[in-house]
Amino acid sequence: MLRRIFTSGSAALVLAFIYLPLLTIIWYSFSAESVNSFPIKAYSLEWYKVMANDDSLLRAVASSLRVAFASTVIALIIGIPATFALHKFEFPGKRMVERIVLMPITLPGIVTGVAMLSFFPRIGVELSLVAVGIGHITFLLAIVVTQLLSRFKRLDPNLEQAAYDLGATPLRAFFTVIIPNIRTAIIGAALLCLVLSMDEIPVTFFLIARDNTLPIEIYGMMRRGITPEVNAISTLIFLATVVILIISQRLSRKTND
Amino acid sequence: MRATLFQYAFGTNQKLNMTTVYSTRAKILLLAPMFTWLTAFLLLPYFFIFIQSFLQSDAFGNVVYSFTAESYIKIFSNKLYYFTLFKTLLMSCFVAVLCVIISLPLCYFIAFKVQSESRKTMLYTLIVLPFWVSYIVRAYSWKIILGQFGILNGFLTYTGLISEPLSFILYSDFATIICLVYIFTPFVAIPIYTAFEQIPKSLVEASKDLGAGSWTTFSRVIIPLALPGIISGATFALVLTMGDFLAPVLLGGPNTLFISNIVQNLFGTSNDKPLGSALGIVILALIVIVLEVSTYFEKKYSSFKS
Repeated sequence: MLRRIFTSGSAALVLAFIYLPLLTIIWYSFSAESVNSFPIKAYSLEWYKVMANDDSLLRAVASSLRVAFASTVIALIIGIPATFALHKFEFPGKRMVERIVLMPITLPGIVTGVAMLSFFPRIGVELSLVAVGIGHITFLLAIVVTQLLSRFKRLDPNLEQAAYDLGATPLRAFFTVIIPNIRTAIIGAALLCLVLSMDEIPVTFFLIARDNTLPIEIYGMMRRGITPEVNAISTLIFLATVVILIISQRLSRKTND
Repeated sequence: MRATLFQYAFGTNQKLNMTTVYSTRAKILLLAPMFTWLTAFLLLPYFFIFIQSFLQSDAFGNVVYSFTAESYIKIFSNKLYYFTLFKTLLMSCFVAVLCVIISLPLCYFIAFKVQSESRKTMLYTLIVLPFWVSYIVRAYSWKIILGQFGILNGFLTYTGLISEPLSFILYSDFATIICLVYIFTPFVAIPIYTAFEQIPKSLVEASKDLGAGSWTTFSRVIIPLALPGIISGATFALVLTMGDFLAPVLLGGPNTLFISNIVQNLFGTSNDKPLGSALGIVILALIVIVLEVSTYFEKKYSSFKS
């Protein structure tokens, strides 16, 4: 009995460690005060109002969204055909290509960041949101490839064969049979890419010029001193993440059916 | 028709047959965009800092094209560099161990004590969820909790446990480590949970039937079988901590300096790109070694073929 209490007690303690900080932010985002003191004396939506009127923050959200959508679309366009090829063909150097694809997520972002910072201007890519986008696409390719490779492996090869038997060209089979069959996995991968791009800091940090992305803007606000406005933004980011996660889980469950 | 049915029933795929449909040109067309992209925007940048690490920088921080190993000599002779490198490695190991210690009880509970499948899924989702929550948001949460006028101090003063706010909590190595453990725990818990789930329940029952207590079963049966998962989780935390430069800036004190902060500085205010590149290359080399060692032990201790 005592042991049972110990096991479930320590599990509950760990869950508390994971969730209390996040719940604290949400709770304090409704505080009316300008410092995060305990206990909260008055509640209000003051900080949400401040946030909604913060121009530089809103610009950062817009920049982040633009970078995230553009990077995700391009990563999918480049990544889907390549993943299909990695799945179907054996060719010399295949292992090597797979390792290279994973490099941006296995190696630390700071090294990738300074490498891009040093090299990009030399090939005419000036530090800007475009450079940030190029950096993001590079690591999103790793996400697209890993996510879709496991889906391709579960795809029934006879579907494609049937398309050929019925006279389809490889190109036609790819767009009318293969892509529609991995549709949910593509949407799932796209959602992951959006979340990761919106959240990326180490590479973005070095490639940014004047326009901040959202996490960099928050980082700046934190360094300038704590303002409870960050509580409000963080709460919204948390909620958005939860919603996206639920959608992608629903989709992956559908894929398994 | 019959052949197809046969293959369908036994799951033999017709790979050989189908590859013939694609011409070599088609294969190249499928792969070329990604390959070109990765070469231009990933391999060449890495290659570039490798070259840059052997160059020099003049008094104005401009990179001068004269080859020398000076930056590497500096790293291994100047205490600031090699000591910080060593300290970061030590801190990373510490963070990795703490993450494992924190993950074990929760993963054990979910994998072996929770009976209902739906509750299992729910609890597992609770572990995975923070993995997707923004890094900056999670780091920020510790800043408001640990601050001098933060919530922890406020709480302790309010309840009368302390009379004055403790000032040492935020801006210290301690705060940095808590924050890193907090951020990287999901990375460690996910592989450990997966490893626990792969252990056949019959082995656990057999151990109990043979008279082993819960603790003996845990330490002599479950832990050894889950070792590859534990190693791979710990490696994630170790490598991620080694590359982190934000937590020390946001939560660390004046003396909290990780190796990545020095790299960041060398590419920023200190403006010595060759030295920064050399340090980056040293970090990469160290991480590649860590990854190789960890893969070796993961394979050595793996009991199940996936």
